[in-house]
Amino acid sequence: MIQLSDTHIWLVILTLGAGTFLIRWSFLGALGRYAMPQWVLRLLRYTPVAVLPALVAPLVMWPAATEGQADPARLVAAIATIIVGLIWKNMLAAIIAGAGTLFLMLQFLG
Amino acid sequence: MAPTPTSMPDLPPPPDDAAQARVLARSPAQSFRNGMVQSLPFLVVLIPFGLLFGVIASEAGLDLLQILGFSVLVLAGASQFTAVQLLSDNVPALLAVVSALAVNLRMAMYSASLVPWLGSAPGWHRSAVAYLLVDQTYALAIQKYELNPRLSLKQRLAYFYGAAAAMCIPWAISSMVGATVGRAIPETIALDFVIPITFLAMIAPMLRTWAHRIAALVAVVMALALSWMPAGTGLLIAAPIGMAAGALVETWQERRQRGTR
Repeated sequence: MIQLSDTHIWLVILTLGAGTFLIRWSFLGALGRYAMPQWVLRLLRYTPVAVLPALVAPLVMWPAATEGQADPARLVAAIATIIVGLIWKNMLAAIIAGAGTLFLMLQFLG
Repeated sequence: MAPTPTSMPDLPPPPDDAAQARVLARSPAQSFRNGMVQSLPFLVVLIPFGLLFGVIASEAGLDLLQILGFSVLVLAGASQFTAVQLLSDNVPALLAVVSALAVNLRMAMYSASLVPWLGSAPGWHRSAVAYLLVDQTYALAIQKYELNPRLSLKQRLAYFYGAAAAMCIPWAISSMVGATVGRAIPETIALDFVIPITFLAMIAPMLRTWAHRIAALVAVVMALALSWMPAGTGLLIAAPIGMAAGALVETWQERRQRGTR
């Protein structure tokens, strides 16, 4: 349970909201009128394929739901998601494959 | 993969001319609808994720208005979970805010990578896009822009807003629904793994070139090696190193191409 007073909770929400907006606004809002050098553009091309995998890798290897223990069901589901996504290049198909695999693995492994 | 020295390392093969022409001929209203329609698959995971936030936040003792406040004002799933989780663990409020912001720092990189596409839009548009910039709207928009580089600024903005409308409104509603009816969700559905599966499904189709694949691989190895760092801050080192690896491979491929010609 959260012990904070309502005022404090709202303070957290407002600060987090404002900070998150400023992060998202940073380049687009403040620097949008300036041309970006070529090497910056080249780096930025790899933003999504670097950030998202780095965000996900620890969640896959050490899921919070199993208290940080590597979990075969979740590992296999992650691999199924990647393989289907790589082969068919279709996000929805990959989600269905991953979620389906996880559901079946959890049913069988318990 | 066979070496194909003539292929461009950075862009996928362009879609056929007819499809490209259709995309370019869209009015802003049609682009808006296109953005909405193409983001619909994300709802399959976004809605359960929103429901889950509602459930967890109400179990942590937040009231409906506070949960709505999180989903509307913060509008960033992973950091909302981080904040609620840490506050429930009685971590000082300031530390919870800082950790939740660290989770969102990746969005500065999203913001930067949209500059070449949306940087010339009026200030209030850039602020609106910034407010609505989440993983899903970013992933959809950047893919659209890269595949159709000749879209007008109006079409790009309309597409983005369409995607945002289909993502952000259901996000707020589903977190409210989760807070109200959520405790009926069965344990066996393993909702915790919704985030990893969504993100992996987003990434895999993007791994079009060796530069992209190596960027992803390096980022993953670094993230795992740095997972001892507090509150997900390892990401802030792992991701730039992965990006640099991708850029280096691209530069190297370009040089090799020039050499063989």
